[in-house]
Amino acid sequence: MPEPLVRLTAPALPFWADNIDTDIIIPSREMKGTGKTGLAAGLFANRRYRNPETREEDPDFPLNQPAYRAARIWLAGANVGCGSSREHAAWALAEQGFRAVIAPSFNPIFFGNCVRNGIVPVVLARELVEGLGSPVTVDLEAMTVTGADGRAHPFGLPAEARTMLMEGLDPIALTLKDGDAIAAWQQADRAARPWAWLA
Amino acid sequence: MAAAMPSLFETLWRTHEIRPGLVAIDRVMLHERTGAAALRALEAAGRRVVNPAHAFVVMDHIVDTRPGRTDGTLMPGGQAFITETRAAARAFGLTVFDVTDPDQGITHVISPELGIVLPGLTLVAPDSHTGTQGAFGALAWGIGSSEAEHALATGTLRVGKPGAMRVMVSGRLGPGVTPKDLALHLIATHGARGGEGMAVEFAGEAVTALDMEGRMTLCNMATEFGAFSALVAPDEVTFAWLAGRRHAPKGAMWEQALAHWRTLRSGPDAAFDREIAVDAAEVQPMVSWGTSPQHSVPLRAAVPTAAEAGLAPDTHARALAYMGLRPGQPLRGLPIDGAFIGSCTNSRLSDLRRAAAILKGRRIAPTVRKALVVPGSQAVKRAAEAEGLDRIFEAAGFAWRESGCSLCFFAGGESFGAGERVISSTNRNFESRQGPGTRTHIASPEVVAASAIAGVIASPAELA
Repeated sequence: MPEPLVRLTAPALPFWADNIDTDIIIPSREMKGTGKTGLAAGLFANRRYRNPETREEDPDFPLNQPAYRAARIWLAGANVGCGSSREHAAWALAEQGFRAVIAPSFNPIFFGNCVRNGIVPVVLARELVEGLGSPVTVDLEAMTVTGADGRAHPFGLPAEARTMLMEGLDPIALTLKDGDAIAAWQQADRAARPWAWLA
Repeated sequence: MAAAMPSLFETLWRTHEIRPGLVAIDRVMLHERTGAAALRALEAAGRRVVNPAHAFVVMDHIVDTRPGRTDGTLMPGGQAFITETRAAARAFGLTVFDVTDPDQGITHVISPELGIVLPGLTLVAPDSHTGTQGAFGALAWGIGSSEAEHALATGTLRVGKPGAMRVMVSGRLGPGVTPKDLALHLIATHGARGGEGMAVEFAGEAVTALDMEGRMTLCNMATEFGAFSALVAPDEVTFAWLAGRRHAPKGAMWEQALAHWRTLRSGPDAAFDREIAVDAAEVQPMVSWGTSPQHSVPLRAAVPTAAEAGLAPDTHARALAYMGLRPGQPLRGLPIDGAFIGSCTNSRLSDLRRAAAILKGRRIAPTVRKALVVPGSQAVKRAAEAEGLDRIFEAAGFAWRESGCSLCFFAGGESFGAGERVISSTNRNFESRQGPGTRTHIASPEVVAASAIAGVIASPAELA
C-alpha cells in the first residue's frame, strides 16, 4: 500500500509534451515479469536511454540531469497517460519514487491508476504547469501546488481520491473500512440465497 | 399501484448492491496471464482472499495447446506466468484448473461445465469476454487486475452502475444461420460501441430458441458490441443444463435455488435505457472484411465502400490497406492461408459437431497452410473424441489440439504469418490479433470449415 502523503516538496521533472501515452511511460517490452515491481528501470525507456538495451543514458533527457535525478513530481502535458490501460505505467512511476503528476489534463484510466498507486494527479492550467519550475510543493491539506517562485495555485481532487492519498489507502483498504456493511450484507445473503455460498 | 417489475439486470444489481457504488461479488475467476500479479500483490499487502471457495484459477491464456504439453510455452517467458500463478493460487488455497487437469479449459467454457456460474450470481474475471457467462442469467463482467485483487480481498467491487439495454430478437434464425451471425449482424448494424456502458439483455423468440451453447456465443460477442455485460434470462433450458454440475446446488438446495431462479426475468413493463429490435429472418451468414467486428457483412456481399460501411474514409482505407482488399471485391472466393476453430466464442461441442459435419469425408485445400481446431475444454475434447470428431478433423487436415485460448490471439509465441489471410471462429479481427500482420476474417465454425475445404472464403451451401 502507498505511504500516506499530506505534503511533499521535491524536484519536479519537466517532460511535458502533450499525449504522452502509457507506451512512452513504459514500453511493452519492459514489462518482463509477472508482477508490479522491477519496472522503474523501464520508465520512459525509449526517451531516457540512447540505447534501451544497454541502458546507455541520453544526457538530454531531464531525468538524467543532476537537477532532476531525484524528481518525485512529474510536470506533464495534456492528456497524459493516454493509450493502453496498462497499470504498469503507474507502477513504474511509483517504483521510481514519483508521488505526483501535474498536467493540464489526464486520461481517465491513468488518473485512477495514479490514485490507487499513491500518485497525486494534479490538474493545472498549461501556463501554470510550465511556470512551476523546481522544486515544487504539493499540499493535499491546503489543496495547493507551490512553484519555485513561491506562488501557490489551488487544485481540486475528488474527495475519495484525496482521502485515499492522504491516508495511504488503496481502494481495498477504503472498502475494508465498510467491513460492517459488507458483513451485514453477507449474513443476510447467506439466509436469502444459501445456494449461492460454496463455503 | 404496484411498481413495475424491474428488468433482470436491475434485479441482479439490487440483490448485490451493498451501498451505491459497492457491489457484492459471488465468484472470481483468474487466469495465468495476470493471476500471479494479483495474488502476489495481495500477499505483499498482507491481505487474504476473503472466501477462497469462491475463487477459481484457470490456466488457459498462454498454455501450449500442442499434444503432450507441459508448463513450457511457445510464448517467451510464458512458463513463469504458469508456475508463479500456480504457486500463488495454492498458497491462498484456491482451486486451480491446471495445465494437465482433466477439467482444464477456457475459463468461459469450463465455468458453466462445472456449475461455477449459476443464475443470479455476480461473477468477475480479468478477461474482457467474461460476459459470456451471462448466458446463464448471471451478472458477469470483465475487470482489471487491480479490481480482481479488490474482489478477492473484499468480496466486493467498487463499480458504477451500467445502463440497462434490451436486444429483442423476434422470429427464428434461418437454416444455416448461427448465433455468431446474429451477433455480427447486430454489431455491423449498430456499431462496435452500440452497447457501450450497457448490461445488454438478449430476449425474444430467436434467443429463447437457442441452446445454452448458442446463448454463450451470443453473450460472448456482446463484448465486441462494447457492452458492460450480457444477459439471457434463465429458463428450463438453463436449469436442465446446470442440473448435476459439480458446483451447482444439490437436493433441497437445488429446489430452493430453482425457486429463486424462476423469478429471474424482466417484467413485461420493465424500464430499459435503450432497446433495439432485430428481425431474426433478416440475419444471414456473416463474415468480417476489416479490422473490427463492426466491419462485417453478409457472406454473399462485397467489401463495402466507406459510405456503405458508415465509416470515416481514413478508417475505412486503413482497414482495407491492412486487409489487402478493395471496395466492391466479393468476400466469397478470397483465397485463405489458414483456418482456426476455437476460442471462448465457438469451441464448444455443438460448434465442433457442426464444423465436423461439413468436413466429414473432405480434405482442406492444399493451399491452406495451417488449420487448427482447439476444443474449448478437456471435457469438450473428450466428448468430441468419443464421437469420433477428432478423426474427422484430422482426416480433413486440421490439427487437433489441447484446450486453451490458443491462436485467438498472438501472445508472443505461436502465430499465423504476416499478410496471411485466416478464416477464424474467434471474436476479434483486430490488426495483428492472430500474429503480426495476419489478416483475420471472423465467421461461424461452419463457414471456417467450408472455407478451409474450398481454400477460399466459402459458404457450406456451395461445397460440391
